[in-house]
Amino acid sequence: MNTISMIILVVGYLILAPILGCLLAGIDRKISARMQGRIGPPILQPYYDVRKFIEKDQITPNKVQDFYVMCFLLFVIITGCIFFSGGDLLLVIFALTLANVFLVIAAFSSNSPYSQIGAERELYQMMAYEPMILLTAIGFYLVSGSFQVDTILTSSEMPFIYLIGIFIGFLFILTIKFRKSPFDLSMSHHAHQDLVRGLTTEFSGRSLAAVEVSHWYENIMLLGFVFLFFCNGTIAGYIAGIIVCILAYFLEIVIDNCFARMKWQVALKSSWVVAVMLGVINVGALMILL
Amino acid sequence: MYDILFLLLFPLIVAAILLVFRNEKIRSIIVKVSAAIIAIASIYVAIEYIDGGTVLFDFENVIVDYLMLITEIGLGIVIFYLGIKYKKYLVSILALIQTPLMVWFELTKGHDISISNYLYIDALSCIMVLIIGVIGSLITVYAVGYMKDFQKHHEGEPDRRYWFFFLMFVFLSAMFGIVTSNSLVWMFFFWEITTLCSFFLIGYTRTDEAVRNSFLQLVLNLIGGLAFVFAIVIIGSEHNILEFNKLLELGTGSMTVLLPIALLSLAGIVKAAQMPFHSWLLGAMVAPTPTSALLHSSTMVKAGVFLILKLSPSLHDNIAGEMVIIVGGVTFLLASMAAISQSNAKRVLAYSTIANLGLIVACGGVGVEAAVWAGIMLMIFHAITKSLLFLCVGTAEHHIGSRNIEDMDGLFCEMPKLAMFMIIGIAGMFLAPFGMLVSKWQALTAFVDSQSIILIICVCFGSAVTAFYWTKWLGKLVAIVAGKENVEKTVHREEWFVLGTLTALVIVTCLTFPLISEYMVAPYLGTAFATGGSAIAALGSGNMYILLAMLALILLLPIPFLGKTKKKIVPNYMCGVNTGDNISFTGAMNCETQISLRNWYMENWFGEEKMNKFGLVITIVTILAAIILIIGGVA
Amino acid sequence: MTYLSKSPWVIHYDGSSCNGCDIEVLACLTPVYDVERFGIINTGDPKQADVFLITGSVNEQNKAVIKQIYEQMPDPKVVIAIGICANSGGIFRDCYNVMGGVDTVIPVDVYVPGCAARPEAIIDGVVKGLSILEEKRKASEVAKEASA
Repeated sequence: MNTISMIILVVGYLILAPILGCLLAGIDRKISARMQGRIGPPILQPYYDVRKFIEKDQITPNKVQDFYVMCFLLFVIITGCIFFSGGDLLLVIFALTLANVFLVIAAFSSNSPYSQIGAERELYQMMAYEPMILLTAIGFYLVSGSFQVDTILTSSEMPFIYLIGIFIGFLFILTIKFRKSPFDLSMSHHAHQDLVRGLTTEFSGRSLAAVEVSHWYENIMLLGFVFLFFCNGTIAGYIAGIIVCILAYFLEIVIDNCFARMKWQVALKSSWVVAVMLGVINVGALMILL
Repeated sequence: MYDILFLLLFPLIVAAILLVFRNEKIRSIIVKVSAAIIAIASIYVAIEYIDGGTVLFDFENVIVDYLMLITEIGLGIVIFYLGIKYKKYLVSILALIQTPLMVWFELTKGHDISISNYLYIDALSCIMVLIIGVIGSLITVYAVGYMKDFQKHHEGEPDRRYWFFFLMFVFLSAMFGIVTSNSLVWMFFFWEITTLCSFFLIGYTRTDEAVRNSFLQLVLNLIGGLAFVFAIVIIGSEHNILEFNKLLELGTGSMTVLLPIALLSLAGIVKAAQMPFHSWLLGAMVAPTPTSALLHSSTMVKAGVFLILKLSPSLHDNIAGEMVIIVGGVTFLLASMAAISQSNAKRVLAYSTIANLGLIVACGGVGVEAAVWAGIMLMIFHAITKSLLFLCVGTAEHHIGSRNIEDMDGLFCEMPKLAMFMIIGIAGMFLAPFGMLVSKWQALTAFVDSQSIILIICVCFGSAVTAFYWTKWLGKLVAIVAGKENVEKTVHREEWFVLGTLTALVIVTCLTFPLISEYMVAPYLGTAFATGGSAIAALGSGNMYILLAMLALILLLPIPFLGKTKKKIVPNYMCGVNTGDNISFTGAMNCETQISLRNWYMENWFGEEKMNKFGLVITIVTILAAIILIIGGVA
Repeated sequence: MTYLSKSPWVIHYDGSSCNGCDIEVLACLTPVYDVERFGIINTGDPKQADVFLITGSVNEQNKAVIKQIYEQMPDPKVVIAIGICANSGGIFRDCYNVMGGVDTVIPVDVYVPGCAARPEAIIDGVVKGLSILEEKRKASEVAKEASA
């Protein structure tokens, strides 16, 4: 990938990702509402919410929390930029971990009971999905011989063909990453209020807006991972990738609406079992075959 | 050669002087001055030899040989006696096998084998010399301040600090010996001295627990020593050589080479506190903190991984290598998991040390260039970062009265500067732009390239677990807790100096990562592997720039932004019953109740006993199977 | 209209009541009434809420709680008292421990009467509250400009 197209992609990501992410979140709420027999909010509702957070009076529990939240947003964006500029998948994963650590620390910093439980659960979720994400990157490496996104992008065969197990495993942990039921443990969503707002309990105003916006960025990047499974350097591959991205997101919405929240224990057990059964076996098979 | 001899002898002389002068002020000056000299000397040696390839030194001296033999016999007798005295007969038995065997060998067979080069130095030794010389001497300086407080906390007990500092300096000398000996007999001699120093330092307080744990350490390390002796005897009698460089040139075709290499690896595994021998390192945590930092995180255990990394070219793709890989990988995974269930900060650090050493050992076991690169890098960063963390915990313990992570709630308010150092240390252990993670990344790539599925599993799951236990500790540190007073004003100047220097080292080594790789690690790989320094580019310069930019961001962003806000500060949400100070709420019957926030430990899943049981079974079976296979000639 | 009135997040607190009004408040979220149409989300966190819905009367036990939740909501904000108990104390008015309606502790912007208040009335009250919210926002902006 040459420098100019790299810059175009990064700038495109910086501008388009929040727009797409916001629309996706809006459509998500609309579809969820329809599935529940409701009309639902306008599609731009997530945007309205964020603008409102910015409009409100700004409060904070301490002097440091905002800094950590800002770092979270910043590093999520950096992560996305690395991904869309065709960077190293492992670097993407590590940068994302760093960003998430900032979010967790922000929640810890207030020493508030609810946000601390949320923070612990967020950490726990990270522990649950991390092995599968690493295995995904390793899978791509084994298929295309490189961790670089731009090399994978132009691989001659669809990685999906070799990585079916890993793909399913990745979809599984995507439920955690998108913060959907049954694994929306660390933050509340829908009417769940057992942890108040979990991790975000002490966030408000602009810092809450930053968390929202960074989710938009993050979700688009995660869909980028899904896209990567299908590209084979041809237009047909790209189109297939985009269609599967949409389907994957729709699947997550369906899962979200069909499942009640599960006990926290299930998240780790199930995602590790998935990582071993689908991820490790897929990687092992690739090693034997390729 | 004389500069190396200086490194070996100077700490010994200082140790002897410290034994004589027991005045606190004089000792403080001697320690600081000699620490500075050792640090400067080791930097000098490193600069002198780092890109000179392997330099061998001829050092023929019969008197020294006999002196060593006599010391060895003396040590054997001391160990035997201690075993009898404390009714630890296993120790005595081990000493009774090991010492006579070694003496017999040296006087008969070994006597006829001519050793042309007793000492050597190459780039890896230079790195080790730097670690020992710089970090080791920093820790001795820290110990000056720390032991003052330690004595205060243990009032009424006899002041045996002269003994403490004596052991520390003897230990430094022995470590320099291990990394520069080409003669296996010499190496073994220094190896045993570190074991004994560690034994006395763990037992320093002479409480029942300390004595018990020091003997545990002794037993396990004597087993490792025994493996070392067997290796020497086999190599000496089968191949008539007693030199390390010649051993590595033998190739691994025959059982008589593979077996001693496996045995030497086993000795390394014991020293590096790998499962099934890891329990000694956990027990060692009863020792004063400088001991833990010096012996059990940054130097002595590094002798174990140093040996394995040195053997690494001979471990590639054979059964001995497989043994090392499985032991290292399994230890990394299980020790990381066990760390989750611990609330004692020193134990968390101990488990994390075991885990990281496991990763380095596994890197050595793979035996390809890229993996060894990662292993050496991990070793450097681990030594710096872990000693910083140990020392931070030591200082915190003396000032907040606890080494429990749960009591570090709001350390940010009580000891802001210390908390800052600790945060940098913890971040250095597992977060992205810091050296440990970058090395781990390279290790993962190397494991994938060598198609080692076991190691892939161990690293994938192990790093997820690692992030969990570090971040939950980090969370405790950053929490802003009301009503805490600043208690860090009484921290000794020496301690600040050392903590500050180590923190700076953590950052500087990360910033100079590419330079370290190119000028320190690459020269070694060039001499040790035929392919000659090609793996270094694996990380790619593009990624390196991104990492450095991220690091710069993390370091620079806090300066203008951290702790500054125009927002209104409001109390936490506690269902409307916050009494206003964020640490108590109005409970039932209008009683004011304190809140208490605790971390997750997941004892049921990651409990220590469970992990240890798994680990012991897997690793013991692996080691036994490997050795039996080698002896049986199957491999 | 600004964004504030397009995304009013509510926090619901129940004082001492028979739970009748609470059920009706929750009924607003159901498919039949679907207040999410207006961007309304029932959040449990005062720090993220704009509208404070209170049902039930105020007593000695909960007056401090109501006050604190109110204080923890960032401005601009409105308070809506739902049901007759929250308006005036209702049938609990004469109890020895009951202080009366919500306005005995915090300023109330909209009163929604009824026992129990019907969902239509509650939605109507919230919509009315939104215009007050808008006024408050303008007032605070004017005040900010004046002070600047």
